[in-house]
Amino acid sequence: MGAPLIGARVERKEDYRFLTGAGQYTDDVDLPRQTYAAFVRSPHAHAKIRKISLDKAKKSPGFVAAFTGEDFAAAKLGGLPCGWLITDVNGQPMKEPPHPCLAQGKVRYVGDQVAIVVAESVDQARDAAEKVEVDYEVLPAVVDGSKATAKGAPQLHEGAPGNTCYVWAIGDKAVADAAFAKAAHVTKLDFINNRLVPNAMEPRVAIGSYSRADDSYTLHVASQNPHVERLLMTAFVMGLPEHKVRVVAGDVGGGFGSKIYLYAEDVAVTWAAKQVNRPVKWTCDRSEAFLTDAHGRDHHTVAELAMDKEGHFLGMRVQTTANVGAYLSTFASCVPTILYATLLAGQYKTPVIHCEVTAVFTNTTPVDAYRGAGRPEATYVVERLVETAAREMKIDPAEIRRRNFITAFPYQTPVALMYDIGDYNATMDAAQKLADVSGFASRKKASEAKGKLRGLGYAAYIEACGIAPSAVAGSLGARAGLFEAGEVRVHPTGSVTVFTGSHSHGQGHETTFAQVVADRLGMPIENVDIVHGDTSKVLFGMGTYGSRSIAVGGTAIVKALDKVIAKGKKIAAHLMEAAETDIEFANGAYAVKGTDKKKMFGEVAFAAYVPHNYPHDKLEPGLNENAFYDPSNFTFPAGSYVCEVEVDPETGVVKIEKFTAVDDFGNIINPMIVEGQVHGGLTQGIGQALTEGAQYDASGQLTTGSFMDYCIPRATDVPSYQVDTRVTACTHNPLGVKGCGEAGAIGAPAALMNAITDALGVKDMPMPASPQAVWTALKNKKAA
Amino acid sequence: MAVKVSLKVNGKSVAAEVEERTLLVTLIRENLRLTGTHVGCDTAQCGACTVSMNGKAVKSCSMLAMQAEGADIMTIEGVAKPDGTLHPMQAAFKEHHGLQCGFCTPGMVMNAIDFAKSHPSPSEQEIREALEGNLCRCTGYHNIVKAIGAGAKAMAAGK
Repeated sequence: MGAPLIGARVERKEDYRFLTGAGQYTDDVDLPRQTYAAFVRSPHAHAKIRKISLDKAKKSPGFVAAFTGEDFAAAKLGGLPCGWLITDVNGQPMKEPPHPCLAQGKVRYVGDQVAIVVAESVDQARDAAEKVEVDYEVLPAVVDGSKATAKGAPQLHEGAPGNTCYVWAIGDKAVADAAFAKAAHVTKLDFINNRLVPNAMEPRVAIGSYSRADDSYTLHVASQNPHVERLLMTAFVMGLPEHKVRVVAGDVGGGFGSKIYLYAEDVAVTWAAKQVNRPVKWTCDRSEAFLTDAHGRDHHTVAELAMDKEGHFLGMRVQTTANVGAYLSTFASCVPTILYATLLAGQYKTPVIHCEVTAVFTNTTPVDAYRGAGRPEATYVVERLVETAAREMKIDPAEIRRRNFITAFPYQTPVALMYDIGDYNATMDAAQKLADVSGFASRKKASEAKGKLRGLGYAAYIEACGIAPSAVAGSLGARAGLFEAGEVRVHPTGSVTVFTGSHSHGQGHETTFAQVVADRLGMPIENVDIVHGDTSKVLFGMGTYGSRSIAVGGTAIVKALDKVIAKGKKIAAHLMEAAETDIEFANGAYAVKGTDKKKMFGEVAFAAYVPHNYPHDKLEPGLNENAFYDPSNFTFPAGSYVCEVEVDPETGVVKIEKFTAVDDFGNIINPMIVEGQVHGGLTQGIGQALTEGAQYDASGQLTTGSFMDYCIPRATDVPSYQVDTRVTACTHNPLGVKGCGEAGAIGAPAALMNAITDALGVKDMPMPASPQAVWTALKNKKAA
Repeated sequence: MAVKVSLKVNGKSVAAEVEERTLLVTLIRENLRLTGTHVGCDTAQCGACTVSMNGKAVKSCSMLAMQAEGADIMTIEGVAKPDGTLHPMQAAFKEHHGLQCGFCTPGMVMNAIDFAKSHPSPSEQEIREALEGNLCRCTGYHNIVKAIGAGAKAMAAGK
């Protein structure tokens, strides 16, 4: 038996196919007799539809069919559901206005679907869609969340007066107010957490097909959670039995949250496929993606931190307006509440926290979870407040954090979570050392000698991952369970295929999960294949988001492996004529304790499938086990980030000189993959702080609708990173893992903005800190 | 109106009938069914569609199929050796974890191979600047930069 695979830098099993062009992304799938769809989308942010005429489109070459909202209503297709019910401060359910797949009389954002046009080719579908005539009565629009509830603001939905979805709160306001009343110092910030467009490199694709032979549907779709997609689509929208619908999400080119949701196009192509009795394929282009992929963030927050004179935190008050866009996307409601306000304790012993969130509808693209989902927003609130407080009180920013770190676990926060374990001083120590914080003063001098400004900023983040204990999620409004499923199918000669309900779209599960399986079964990794992404193969799954795959999906696999090993023990005992209690399994072999008698795992598997000598009275043949795992708590990855920037005051250009991240993800299966996740997360976080930001004009047109004017970081925008980890093993899952997918995106924006404001000597400035914004901030500072 | 184009793709002569407006990437993906070349944007920014044309990396979304008449095109499918052994640049991406979801990867590799021909021992800054036309949303470029540096050296060493 070789070295342990868990903890090893194993090269990825999936890479060969991606490097040779052999990946099978959804757009690479073509079905016989396939047609192509294009969507007619609203060019207006808010309008009534007076009339739709398909006459000219029908005469367009290659036209096959077109359907509008009227057809969908006649077919009694439901609207897109929201998966999380938030109960407001008055005990009332949130407002859930209809979210039709195709507009019903009104459009509410630029890009809203009005009709689906099906033709013989992509170009013909687009040509025909251009010829659909829609007569709009344009209405005034509201795009700014902070203005949505104002008197006289345009109203989006009849069922949501004041454009308000809910006003929700957590924490005891009276106790918080009392804490502020006795504070020696209060730090207050008022800021926007900017709206982001996820921009996975693979745009969304959906291919619906239907078979009259057995009245069944197949949807190939770029999705992070095919089973959830199927459940939502069948049970809530189309009224179909699940066993008649197969959803396949093969290779998926990145998700970052944007491919969690059930989208209107997925339903439309599936339904249309039956109408035209041919497959219908839709491939989103990037311009469409900017308009229609669920966006992220978009909070306006006023936050205050109360302290005693030594900088001990006494309480926090937070007021947030969350812009959810025109409709509630699948998980939109839980992001600015359950995934946000519960994280406001951060790594600190703040005794009381009150947070009130007003979620509002606006004439913009729906907003939902994007990498980090609520937790970057929470970290931004906490870590900008803490850093600003340190500066105002003239306490070293690392020191003020250390004074307030939680050091005893388990720890019950005042905002519902129970942290099981962590060591925040350890990650802070390591980050400070790796970032050479002690040398910063001399580097700052050197920068100043060149006429440059230099700044250093920290962020000590925490996140709640391993989503989620179903009972807890259910009590907070989740309308689905949040377990995960796994199946271990042992083949007669001992190799293994493992089916997981987690989905890999860049995370490398085919490797990481195989490392776990091969390690546990004591076999080479080549003998293990991981299968995911097809509802006809995988028994069930809740999918991949919230950094949950290894903590929840990995644990389900471990539990199935335990069952396989236990059954094998019974078989081995029979084969070796020993008592089951005397059998030990290690390094791929069942051995009789105290003897040299053993049977290899493959021999036992073979006996299970060729049961000539087999305990038929006690056991069924075969070796195939599955398990569902519902976690007992969230996991709590945490870490310390240090960012150092140099700013050119002449141009406002910010250069990231050093970015250091020390994370505690619990035990690590593959450090190479974990580092890659951190690099990617950091870059998206840096993108939010430095280059990205969705902008709408007052009429509701997205003015940042392409890579030409919405800047996702390029290679020259980011540095090489210094990353390391410290380990406190998660206490409640067998692998001791916490999850690593979102950390970088959660911690980076606060660290970077803390560094920039330090360099500029300003209290705050908006994200993204573009050269223009930085230059303006410096100019305003001079003027003041 | 349909037009005929003839060209060489991955060493094989091919001919196809396409519309005048058909892009080279559409010819490659739809007509030739070489789906390793990807489309990630519609503004010639992301570089996922990068192929080699007469030895130079080009964005196949930014030219018409007709413009490739007579050209010698190599796509990602033609990069590994005929026996399946990875090209040194591909191997470097694997070794250095220079890819995650894999969608930008073919374009990255095609660009990197062209770049490495003239930069046998590139600096980090040179590599980052060379990636100006290739976007990746997963890796943060950190490991792509490492992979291209290592791949360039391996190519220069004739591995």
